Amino acid sequence: MIGKTSLASLALATSLLAGPAFAQTVNLYTTREHGLLNPVLEAFTKESGIKVNAVFLKDGLQERIKSEGANSPADVMLVVDVGQIDAAADAGITQPIKSATVDKIVPKQLRGADDNWVALTTRARIAIASKERVKIDAITYEQLADPQWKGKFCIRAGQHPYNNALFAAFLTHDGAQKTEEFLKALRANAARKPGGGDRDVARDILSGQCDIAIINTYYIGLMSEAKNEQKGWYDAIKPLKTTFANGGTHVNVSAAALAKNAPNKDNGVKLIEFMLGEKAQELYANGNFEFPVNPAVKDSAAGKLLGNVVPDTISLSDVAKNRKAAADLVDKVGFDN
Amino acid sequence: MIGSAPAQPFRRPSLAWRPSTRFAYAALAAAFLVATPVVALILTALTPQAESLWPHLIANVIPQALGDTLLLLAGVGGLCAVVGVGTAWIVTQYEFAGRRSLEWLLVLPLAMPTYITAYIYVEVLGFQGPLQTALRAVTGWRSLRDYWFPDPRNLAGAVLIMAAVLYPYVYLTVRALFGMQGATIAEAARTLGASRKTLFWRIALPMARPALVAGLTLALLEALNDIGASEHLGVRTLTVSIYTTWLNRNSLAGAAQIACLMLLIVVLLILLEAKLRGQRRFALSVRQPRPLSRKPLHGARAAAAIVLCLLPVLAGALVPGGFLVGQVLQRGLIWQADAALLQQLGHALFFSGLATILVVGLGLGIAMALRRGRESWLAAARRVSSLGYAIPGTVLALGLLIPIAALDNRIADTARAVFGLELGLLLIGSGGALVIAYTVRFLAIAISGVESGFARISPRIDDAARALGSGNRALLTRIHWPLLRPAVAAATLLVFVDCLKELPVTLLLRPLNVETLATVVYGHASRGVFEDGALAGLLIVLAGLYPAYRLARSS
Repeated sequence: MIGKTSLASLALATSLLAGPAFAQTVNLYTTREHGLLNPVLEAFTKESGIKVNAVFLKDGLQERIKSEGANSPADVMLVVDVGQIDAAADAGITQPIKSATVDKIVPKQLRGADDNWVALTTRARIAIASKERVKIDAITYEQLADPQWKGKFCIRAGQHPYNNALFAAFLTHDGAQKTEEFLKALRANAARKPGGGDRDVARDILSGQCDIAIINTYYIGLMSEAKNEQKGWYDAIKPLKTTFANGGTHVNVSAAALAKNAPNKDNGVKLIEFMLGEKAQELYANGNFEFPVNPAVKDSAAGKLLGNVVPDTISLSDVAKNRKAAADLVDKVGFDN
Repeated sequence: MIGSAPAQPFRRPSLAWRPSTRFAYAALAAAFLVATPVVALILTALTPQAESLWPHLIANVIPQALGDTLLLLAGVGGLCAVVGVGTAWIVTQYEFAGRRSLEWLLVLPLAMPTYITAYIYVEVLGFQGPLQTALRAVTGWRSLRDYWFPDPRNLAGAVLIMAAVLYPYVYLTVRALFGMQGATIAEAARTLGASRKTLFWRIALPMARPALVAGLTLALLEALNDIGASEHLGVRTLTVSIYTTWLNRNSLAGAAQIACLMLLIVVLLILLEAKLRGQRRFALSVRQPRPLSRKPLHGARAAAAIVLCLLPVLAGALVPGGFLVGQVLQRGLIWQADAALLQQLGHALFFSGLATILVVGLGLGIAMALRRGRESWLAAARRVSSLGYAIPGTVLALGLLIPIAALDNRIADTARAVFGLELGLLLIGSGGALVIAYTVRFLAIAISGVESGFARISPRIDDAARALGSGNRALLTRIHWPLLRPAVAAATLLVFVDCLKELPVTLLLRPLNVETLATVVYGHASRGVFEDGALAGLLIVLAGLYPAYRLARSS
């Protein structure tokens, strides 16, 4: 039985390897699950006639492209989190994106040095709280460490890249000593060991395990549209306007970069330009509740749901540089223990 | 007649007993294949760094990670040993209603990927899971402020969940041995006044020790290398700290250093065990042992036996499997399934099948080479070949990526220069890299499986065949192969199921546009909607179901 199936799939695999019927292709390496991206990619193929081959690599995208070297098929990489994209640029696997279109749409602070990467969307990391049990509507990140939340605060692992970037931003604002004290106090407030995913904290608020938690904004949007039990999680929570005491809301990016040895470089640039265009930005913003970087897209679903988020003004490259120090502090205070 | 006296390494004076070159080549090839990523790992660990991570790691990471890892291993090991040996003893020693079904049902948890099981239990025991929902409905309580409920997201939860799906490794190897010990020795012991209890503690268990160790080693390495379940349950093992070091500190070298330390500990433990075991080896009778007659159980005792055997099946297979089925139905996933799912199934079967053939072929080669000669370089090659299983999947994939990509680039450049051909990356682009990686990772399972088969064939059979003038080829095809077949079949199925479930290597090394069932489930999980991948998850389990069934029936 297995033998026959293998034969069938051999035929299947060879037909797959025999190559696409499209004359033009572009190869996409992404650390972002491309189920989310498929509508955008399909629209791109429809408009340009360029076929997109994709592979979703959770961790190790940088190592894979680096090892593949001169003959790597990678054209474009999509990465979430500024730390990852910064590391890729540092590793020398990117090249400048030379495009007047990109320069026109995306402001300088959302592009890497030498245009080695460009942000496609931004997402904020904010606090949510129980609708039922919490009265306030705004809070600072610093206040989350206040003892009034003792035993009421939930968060995923402190070493997760999203928290790593948030704590690195904290470090940039308030310095190492204050960050260490903050992390210690925040951990002391935790209702349970930090872990699970971002959506889990919403469920834990519904269950009464915690009152306040930290989450990426697009999860709030996705839960609001869910047709299953996650809708109930959404109904139990409310987003709080969350800022640094002396700044705005912490945002992170999803970004694109052009691979250094891209065999289809022109198509790669076309794909990136398309992803920044209004149509794709709308799909991104309304399908996944992220904030578009193209200012022409005004009424995004995320904006409607969360109101105006004023992004923090500290530079994302500074945040990326503080990642290691933030990771050290998380270990030092035993945040995830 | 079981040679319970130590079987001496057999000197074969007159006949030309040297490892046939073909098998020796297989052993060398396997050792080379596995050594490649290990060497790459060591080289990575030795890359000079601007500053050492170790003062920080030793002060803040390693003590806690080592502690959690040891507790996890102790817990999983202890539970797997008790459940695996206990259930194996019950189904081989006693006769009761449902025994024949339970005998293969007990293998089923093997088809459940550990990380999927962890996700499922977090849901099942969660606030909106069936248990808490029912509890609230009955009591009128509203939230967790009104009552307490066990939360699986901790070390204890990780121990229970991992043991629930890993105990079959022990059950399978130990049951095979209990089943073979035969009536003669048991009857001899009984004649001398030994109770069944004494028989178990003084004879059966000591004799089963190599099998117990073999099964336990597989289960423990699986637990040690796990990342998905540990991370989801919030356990900070050494493997998790390898990831954190690699990703958050952007230090592949530091990660490789921790991985090397871990590998060193594993190797030392395995060597220590081998030393403690010494030269004790039990070869079985030349004649097929008469099967032991099982003691019939009735009434309460039969019920107790059924419950004891059913519990692990429930925890490791029926609850998580039932949850997946429930999600598939509740979400109408069957109606949403498309051709892509078939393609993903095809990929999974294709790559797993190919790798299984390669793994079992190499495993056979090594075991045969070792059967024929005990040269120390052969034994060393065998040990090296088993290392792949002791390295966390992603680390192994990273270790393979460097040499394979280098080879691919060499081939591509040559093809371009000599033939003007644009080949691209041959191995990575075709999935060949994936097959190689599976092979490296799971070779240990095939080797130990085939070896356990050989262990059951007394060297005296070889001598008898030789004395009757049979040559190498005849010995192999007419004597060894027929006797080995069940063990080889078992190893084949075990490797196949493991390949199907494999995630980290698949995720990192698969070609463009290729998804397998495991990567699809993971994709959904990484979007926070793990239940939407329930159908793919169920397909992994179903694809592993038939092998698991055959596995239980064959041995």
